[in-house]
Amino acid sequence: MSYCPHTPTDRAEMLAAIGEKSIEDLFEDVPARVRFPKLNIPDPLSELETMAELRELAEANADAQRNPCFLGAGAYNHFSPSILNHLILRGEFLTAYTPYQPEITQGTLQAIYEFQSMICALTGMDVANASHYDGATSMAEAVIMAYSHHREKRKKVIVSPAIHLQYREVLRTYTQGMDLSIVGDEDPETDLADLARMLDKDTTLLIVQSPNFFGQIENLDGLAEQAHAVGALLCVAVDPISLGLLKPPGQLGADIVVGEGQGLGIPLSNGGPYCGFFATKKDYVRKMAGRLVGEAKDRDGRRGYVLTLATREQHIKREKATSNICTNQGLMALAATIYMATLGKHGLRRVAELCWHKSHYAAKSLAEIGYSVDTTKPFIKEFVVQCPRPVSEVNAHLFDEWGIIGGYDLSNDYATLPTHMLLCVTEMNTREEIDALVEALAELKN
Amino acid sequence: MTEPLIYDLGRPGRTGVTLPNPDVPETALPADLLRDDLDLPEVDQLTVVRHFTRLSRLNYGIDLGLYPLGSCTMKYNPRLNEDTARLPGFWSSHPLQHPDTAQGSLALMYQLQEWLKDISGLAGVTLQPAAGAQGELTGVFIMRAYHRSRGDIQRDTILIPNSAHGTNPATSSMAGLKVIELPSDARGNVDLAALKAACNDTVVGLMLTNPNTLGLFEEHVEEVVKAVHECGGLVYGDGANMNAILGIARPGDLGFDVMHFNLHKTFSTPHGGGGPGSGPVGVAAHLVDFLPAPLVGIVEEGEGDEPPLYGFITPKKSIGRLKAFNGNFGMHVRAYTYIRVHGASGLRGNSENAVLNANYVLSKIRNHYTVPYDRPCMHECVVEGVWADAPGVHALDVSKRLIDYGYHPPTNYFPLIVHEALMIEPTETETKETLDAFADALVSIAKEAHEQPDLLTSAPHNAPVSRLDEVSAAKQLVLCCRPIPEWAS
Repeated sequence: MSYCPHTPTDRAEMLAAIGEKSIEDLFEDVPARVRFPKLNIPDPLSELETMAELRELAEANADAQRNPCFLGAGAYNHFSPSILNHLILRGEFLTAYTPYQPEITQGTLQAIYEFQSMICALTGMDVANASHYDGATSMAEAVIMAYSHHREKRKKVIVSPAIHLQYREVLRTYTQGMDLSIVGDEDPETDLADLARMLDKDTTLLIVQSPNFFGQIENLDGLAEQAHAVGALLCVAVDPISLGLLKPPGQLGADIVVGEGQGLGIPLSNGGPYCGFFATKKDYVRKMAGRLVGEAKDRDGRRGYVLTLATREQHIKREKATSNICTNQGLMALAATIYMATLGKHGLRRVAELCWHKSHYAAKSLAEIGYSVDTTKPFIKEFVVQCPRPVSEVNAHLFDEWGIIGGYDLSNDYATLPTHMLLCVTEMNTREEIDALVEALAELKN
Repeated sequence: MTEPLIYDLGRPGRTGVTLPNPDVPETALPADLLRDDLDLPEVDQLTVVRHFTRLSRLNYGIDLGLYPLGSCTMKYNPRLNEDTARLPGFWSSHPLQHPDTAQGSLALMYQLQEWLKDISGLAGVTLQPAAGAQGELTGVFIMRAYHRSRGDIQRDTILIPNSAHGTNPATSSMAGLKVIELPSDARGNVDLAALKAACNDTVVGLMLTNPNTLGLFEEHVEEVVKAVHECGGLVYGDGANMNAILGIARPGDLGFDVMHFNLHKTFSTPHGGGGPGSGPVGVAAHLVDFLPAPLVGIVEEGEGDEPPLYGFITPKKSIGRLKAFNGNFGMHVRAYTYIRVHGASGLRGNSENAVLNANYVLSKIRNHYTVPYDRPCMHECVVEGVWADAPGVHALDVSKRLIDYGYHPPTNYFPLIVHEALMIEPTETETKETLDAFADALVSIAKEAHEQPDLLTSAPHNAPVSRLDEVSAAKQLVLCCRPIPEWAS
């Protein structure tokens, strides 16, 4: 199957117009030694056959539509309203490029402007950009922005060990060519007070996550003041769903707020595409990476939107740009915008409440059957439970016997948590599923 | 034609969707941690649908007509790919599931890695990078790590032709490297003498787009690669223009050491108004150990009819992780579907027809626009949108006038080495009739430029808005429609 429309007649006419005898003649600049290699890609398939093959592959997976899922750890099984998928499939959104020609991309531009506005509202910040690849790269861009804000003179970044490990790995990958040291997460027991004590005049950025990787709501009171006292910036990574309920980091003094927007109606899709968000204070806007949409007027005085502050960007500034980023996660940011518009003020709070109630119900039920649940800090949506056996065995039991996708095995990332599981309970998990999980785990107690 | 902001379409108390009541006993909310207010819209569902539908109608997309944006490969986005990506087993699988419960996804990723290796002639591929720019960053980190692993720590410079995309130098800076820009020769190739003069033991490598951004295949590509290799440097291939060479030439066969693919260009995953993309990176054998972790590999060979067991593997000297989880997997499904539908013959056919279409458009406009490097082009052609005898008209005006004719403009003012550039990439999925009509429009605009220049300088006339004042927008920044919170003011 091919999507090329040309018939042999078309090709002949076009070649005649160009003045070439054959298509092959168009490729004479390619060294003959390597021209027209044989590829080992299998023969073409029809649409019907292709779909059958892909369906077979898809059905070889477990998934959160067919299996009760208690796995979170940075990617979440949340509700997505039906209209979202229908709207993002509109060809005018789906098949448009980055809005370089504002006259015919006002749809994309206004949607991004609304996204920026809603992210500001959610996080309590005054500016947000058009999004990043994911939450982890948003956090990496926060480091680069802070470093640039301090004119590359401050060399220390302090990170909490309760930040998602993969995010911390991405920070280290991104900064490998910079003269920076990333510290604070060597000991998993390090808490916010310990981190605050590490702040000094060489610190460019302190990063914490709340709710942290373990679902715990960190007490951020006074942290921003402590960072600011030495001239450092504070970055808080958040779960946007939790902000339906919780105080926004902007109110708590954060200079940068980043996070993964996947929970806002974007499918799990085995890890991507997702949508990182990035919000900060107006003072830092010119140091911020990423695309930015601003309000403008046209020649007739009508309101419109344009990509703005492009002078920070790679296609203008080249090696002096704030980042090499070309685009945002356009369609995913649109999805999140439609999600936030549809759920709105009341719906997002409701989702957050459901996550609160259901995760607490699950935690209490597990405590009742003798599991040790970490309740040292308030939690939402996720919590840590100690298992009687290694989590890999527990999860095998849950899946093989009950068809349940179990929680995250914390021994992967934390040597201090050898038999601890991070369980995630969202509005998608019914009481029946939670009760089944508890019953399944009770079997392992005996 | 303007659309109100979603915030202005609601009324207190409305919502677009109802959520269930809790089916579990409630737990008291933590009063001291709660926010006072949540300033999100309050809009009913139909109003949300109408708002975003009306917004969509202010956009131009491939589905509406030709989108000849150079270097962006705006080809047809098959809807089959959208359907396969939405199969529940892909759409709703969690990235941290045990690999045993994700064998379908892992098999797909493994196969896609293999196909991209075959298409590029390279030895290893990672699917992790989220976009072309992140693929570049990955590739540059790999080159840097390779030299450092050999004790070649003095290498701190990347060579970049002046026709390159802006991402190349921006990426190099992000990786902490210096940039030396190379001039182009009179035929649009890298200036060989300048390259040779710049090659020394401080060079990490050369970033080369081939075909380059003039739409031309480097006539001395083998000498270019040789010169860089002789000084110990590596050659990076920017795959932005890969749509010209599928089954035509493999970068690995030409001696490239690293390259990135843009699945959203060459393999037609939709651009979505600026993302998501996907930028897999391929490397030659000597760089495989440096690829980002994790890769998908076979951890246990299958026996007989049994499929192998797939799992994640970490290369020995990996540069690390570029993003959380497994890359933009939804784009991997779409690209897999696209490659499966085409097969080897179809992929080569795509490149042949893409090159045919670009040359055809060029042949029809050549007598009306200055062609700065007049050679047979590859998948795109670059002309100048300016005439000595039509002062006051610029490439931007030609672009805006094309909107009136119902087309998306070509890429403007790029590559930087062409005066008033118009970079036209028709792609292979356009019919001859569409190309004829588009070329006629360009010819007619060239005529208007001389006879009625106002028509161009005041264009577009029939778009939802006229030209927007970008200068004022950047001076008086309005980036958010909500009041600044009290704690920020």
